[in-house]
Amino acid sequence: MIDLTAYLLLGTVLFGIGVYGVLSKRNAVGVLMSVELMLNAVNINFIAVNKFVASSQVIGQLFAIFIIVVAAAEVAVGLALILAIFRQKKSVDLNDFNLLKW
Amino acid sequence: MMETSVQYAWIIAILPFIAFALIGLFLHRWPRLSAALSILAIGIAFLISLLVSLAVFSSEGNLVYEAAARWLSMPGLQVDMGILVDGLTAVMLIVVTTVALLVQIYSLGYMHGDPGFASYYAYQSFFAGSMLGLVLANNFGQIFVFWELVGLASYLLIGFWFGRNSAKEAAKKAFITNRVGDFGFLLSILFLQILFGTLNFNGLAGEIAGYTNTGILIGIAILMLAGPVGKSAQFPLHVWLPDAMEGPTPVSALIHAATMVAAGVYLIARAYFIFSSTPQALLAIAVIGGFTALFAATIAIVQNDIKRILAYSTLSQLGYMVMAMGVGAMTAGMFHLMTHAFFKSLLFLGAGSVIHALHDEQDIWKMGRLAGKMPVTTWTFVIGALALSGIPPLSGFWSKDEILLGAYASGHIGLYILGTIVAFLTAFYMFRLIFVAFFGSGEGGLKAHESPAVMSVPLVILAVMAIIAGFVGSPLMNNVFAHWVSYPGAVHHNPSLGIMAVSSLVAVAGIILAWAVYQKKMVNVAAVKTRFNGLYQLLYHKYYIDEIYQWLIDHLIDGTAKVLFWFDVYVINGLVNGIAALTGMAGQVLRYTENGQVQTYAMYMFAGIIVIIGLVMMAGFAIVL
Repeated sequence: MIDLTAYLLLGTVLFGIGVYGVLSKRNAVGVLMSVELMLNAVNINFIAVNKFVASSQVIGQLFAIFIIVVAAAEVAVGLALILAIFRQKKSVDLNDFNLLKW
Repeated sequence: MMETSVQYAWIIAILPFIAFALIGLFLHRWPRLSAALSILAIGIAFLISLLVSLAVFSSEGNLVYEAAARWLSMPGLQVDMGILVDGLTAVMLIVVTTVALLVQIYSLGYMHGDPGFASYYAYQSFFAGSMLGLVLANNFGQIFVFWELVGLASYLLIGFWFGRNSAKEAAKKAFITNRVGDFGFLLSILFLQILFGTLNFNGLAGEIAGYTNTGILIGIAILMLAGPVGKSAQFPLHVWLPDAMEGPTPVSALIHAATMVAAGVYLIARAYFIFSSTPQALLAIAVIGGFTALFAATIAIVQNDIKRILAYSTLSQLGYMVMAMGVGAMTAGMFHLMTHAFFKSLLFLGAGSVIHALHDEQDIWKMGRLAGKMPVTTWTFVIGALALSGIPPLSGFWSKDEILLGAYASGHIGLYILGTIVAFLTAFYMFRLIFVAFFGSGEGGLKAHESPAVMSVPLVILAVMAIIAGFVGSPLMNNVFAHWVSYPGAVHHNPSLGIMAVSSLVAVAGIILAWAVYQKKMVNVAAVKTRFNGLYQLLYHKYYIDEIYQWLIDHLIDGTAKVLFWFDVYVINGLVNGIAALTGMAGQVLRYTENGQVQTYAMYMFAGIIVIIGLVMMAGFAIVL
């Protein structure tokens, strides 16, 4: 039987990889994928804690499903944004997207 | 009928205000209607005043009526608006309404054809209402309100011909100089409210009688004295009154000779329970009054402008009244206020008649031989001057004698001698004016003509008053005036024939000297002038008081203002602008952290989260949970 710590550890590692990806990837699509990793790390946490700690057996799973749905929508919007920027800049490199400065 | 009339005394003050409002709001396009309404209002006020005064006088001053309505109320502060009718008020009511009525009728002739005719009558009504409100007030708060309103009316009427620069300047000077005195007055009122919790005259009189901290009482009395010193133009705040002659002459007669300037004297009389409880304050009053009386009389001797001579004479006579208050002769002071109101307004209206006839000529040396051309004006003017000089049995004789008697009997021999000298000077400068302007050899008066009846009839009425008004305070009528106006503990001295004889003799001597010098030319005036040129210049320039004030303003006040301006610009503005500049500079520096890279911002965010988590872990989980 694998205990809760192992799941939480997996979630943490996955979240860490996601954060690293978001902060360091130069490719906008890569950043979007890293965000997905972070969301899934959260999903794992929800499911695991639901299994081992919570009294109700469905709340955590419900949350995970919500997050999957929202993540799907987010990817759709995010990709659309990246496409729109790409048409302007002919690039998906985040270093080129620096309009919001002084 | 008569006794109940006092209950309607409040109407006296309301009527002119109604006239003022109606003229100001609706009637200003119809000058004649405005004048008629104004005169009607003051006329009815005069009739009611007559009834009220008769009721009070016939009771020998025992009838005192007080009524008040709560005006505003909050914890620790109740302010009433009310009326108090006693002998003092009744005398003032009669004086104010009589002179105001006559002056308004006279103004029909004097101001005829003036483009501001309607507003002139609006201001006149406004003044009359304020002045009557002042004398009817039953507490210090209310008296202060009306005190300021008469000041405003005075300002408006001095600057009535505001097209003339000098009139504008004089109006401002009057207002600002009065402000200095009013500041002290207001402070004393605030102290009274704080210490005693009431401003009602009768309430305060009771409280102060049992109050023992004389130091505070002296302070309050001296602060309160600043009000009369400003309003009644006593030294050193006298400078505004001579300049106030820039206003129309009837205004000078009403406001700057007979009524408003006497408000200061009235206030001292009304607040006599404060002043009489502190001998030091009384002494200060007596000295200020006596000094002003002499000071102004000496200036009046050398002035050439007919209105300025009368203005300095007013200063001098106000000094007399104030001195009377100071030596404990409050009744005599009020008596002189009453008689002075009649003969001084007569003199001013007479001067106005001359100025009107000569088309705004005011220099007495450019007049002369007026007596033949303007008999009514001349002889009423002479009666006024005789009354002012204190020639028996005219009104001024009785009141001046009462004051001199009060000064003598109270032990202030110095002030008595000073008063006698002033009486001599008064007779001299008045008859210098008369012998030069009315009987002099100048040609200026030949083109004059007698003023219309609307102007000369008030002169005759006032001349009659100037003759007979004094009898109420004379031994011939048992001195009934002293029963009307008095204060608890007043000492009345028996008339002294010696003092009467001396004051009459010096007055006659003054007249004879003026006759000898200016009519018979027994003394070469020009030679005397050159011989004592220094003294002449000093007097002619009014002791250079105006110049001293100008110098003080230029150096002291402007200097202080410059320092404060520097402080404002460099310290206050520096502080405010400095904070703004610091914020701007910080923004300039910090904006370079905003490089537009989303990942950089995300980095800051995560770094922030890590810091927060670190802090929470250091503090222990207990706090979070």
